[in-house]
Amino acid sequence: MDVAIVGIGIHPFGRTPGRSGLQQGAYAARQALKDAGVEWKDMQFGFGGSASAGSADALVNELGLTGLPFINVANGCATGGSSLISAYNAIKSGEYDIGMVVGFDKHERGAFNADPKQMGIGEWYGEKGLMITTQFFAMKIQRYMDMYGISRDTLAKVAQKAFMNGSMNPNAWRRDEIPLDEIANSFMVSDPLTKYMFCAPGEGGIALVVCRADKAKQYTDKPIYLKAAAFRSRRFGSFEVFAPSQALQQVDGPTVDAASAAFEMAGVGPKDIDVMQLQDTESGAEVMHMAENGFCEHGEQEALIQAGETRIGGKMPVNTDGGCLASGEPIGATGLRQVYETCLQLRGNAEARQVPNDPRLGYTHVYGAPGISAVTILQR
Amino acid sequence: MSKKIPIAEGLFTWPSDNPALLGSRCQECGIAEFPRKLSCPACGSENVVSEELPRRGKLWTWTIQGFMPKKPYLSDETPETFRPFGVGYVELPGAVCVESRLLENTAEDLKIGMEMELVVGTYRHDEEGNEIVGFAFKAAN
Repeated sequence: MDVAIVGIGIHPFGRTPGRSGLQQGAYAARQALKDAGVEWKDMQFGFGGSASAGSADALVNELGLTGLPFINVANGCATGGSSLISAYNAIKSGEYDIGMVVGFDKHERGAFNADPKQMGIGEWYGEKGLMITTQFFAMKIQRYMDMYGISRDTLAKVAQKAFMNGSMNPNAWRRDEIPLDEIANSFMVSDPLTKYMFCAPGEGGIALVVCRADKAKQYTDKPIYLKAAAFRSRRFGSFEVFAPSQALQQVDGPTVDAASAAFEMAGVGPKDIDVMQLQDTESGAEVMHMAENGFCEHGEQEALIQAGETRIGGKMPVNTDGGCLASGEPIGATGLRQVYETCLQLRGNAEARQVPNDPRLGYTHVYGAPGISAVTILQR
Repeated sequence: MSKKIPIAEGLFTWPSDNPALLGSRCQECGIAEFPRKLSCPACGSENVVSEELPRRGKLWTWTIQGFMPKKPYLSDETPETFRPFGVGYVELPGAVCVESRLLENTAEDLKIGMEMELVVGTYRHDEEGNEIVGFAFKAAN
């Protein structure tokens, strides 16, 4: 049984002081139901999550106590992707016809501060100032730049493109373009990454109505089919965040594993993808994820990005909605935002930021602590 | 009188005139890990033994922490006295890559592949004025 997305909803990303994270989730859920032309009581199941805004299943108090099974999903940055995979499997099993996936969040200002104990690491690690995700991303791209000749200017260009796309997205948080030299010369958070090259914890909500593919046309004339959904965790030897030590011999990370599983599942290859959303926690992540997902060879990013090929009019448009850099990172919602944007692009409804030539296949990729990745491939 | 107290038990040999980091090595597959664990991260075997890790190695990658971290960060610094600090992974030959603070804290002083050596010394002071001893790496002479 194939699976289709027939309704999509979003609560604008950024800061919404008057509305809780849960209410932002409910807002997105109502939009998605309306988009599919269904009601909450029609939903046979719910999967959802938030990292900092309470239990997703409390949404039933907002949307109606219908008795449906609603399962909370908590999987760090892959929470949204994991919720979608859970829904995908629920429908594929034949057990359910239609249901909802939802993710929302509302984080405090400033960088995330993780607790070493929760990750099974000694308190000394946090005490010494090593329990900081930004350091990991900086150290990964630092070595990558050294190995593959990626320039600091290319890192700045990734952020510039994100804000350019964000300026065309009414639901983005950062909607003003930022000049290249301002990005390059802003505060050095963690060498080689400056302030504007990092996403910030934020707020937002996304909901999707998913159903059996053979019933999709009942709800919409533009169903988007979920051709693949794969999730992988790290294998021994992959370089990951919050690692007091790591192996001498490196192996491919979870992104590479999830990507190849997804391509195999969908029966397509990287060259077939028309539009892609790749985890851009910071500029360097987008660069490395282009190659880790199979869209280019290691090192080719330098020429591709300098030539503008990852822009909306380029041959491989990446993060068309501005990505995490322009949208912020509400953990529970971020992976589903990528799916929302891909649905808009494949429906041809992305307006000012629409990728030309009627894109047919889209790709989403999240990566997060402590070494997990989720990929989907979507087709109109 | 103030005492010297290690930041955590079992991270490095202590007390010692020439401390070394302590890792565990799997007797089944030969993989080493730092800090010591009760089982092997590669194969899951519980047949692991403690060993002293090499004191020198090559810098595998690095960054510089530009802002003063929030809790659980704990140091003698205030926002006014905070200075950016180096962080990196040092490849200890035949053992493992260890993450550590670096005594160098400018991009000019750090280069992938440079030779580094372990230093064990006072990291901060506790409420009673005791010295809390931690480890770091610095450019080798």
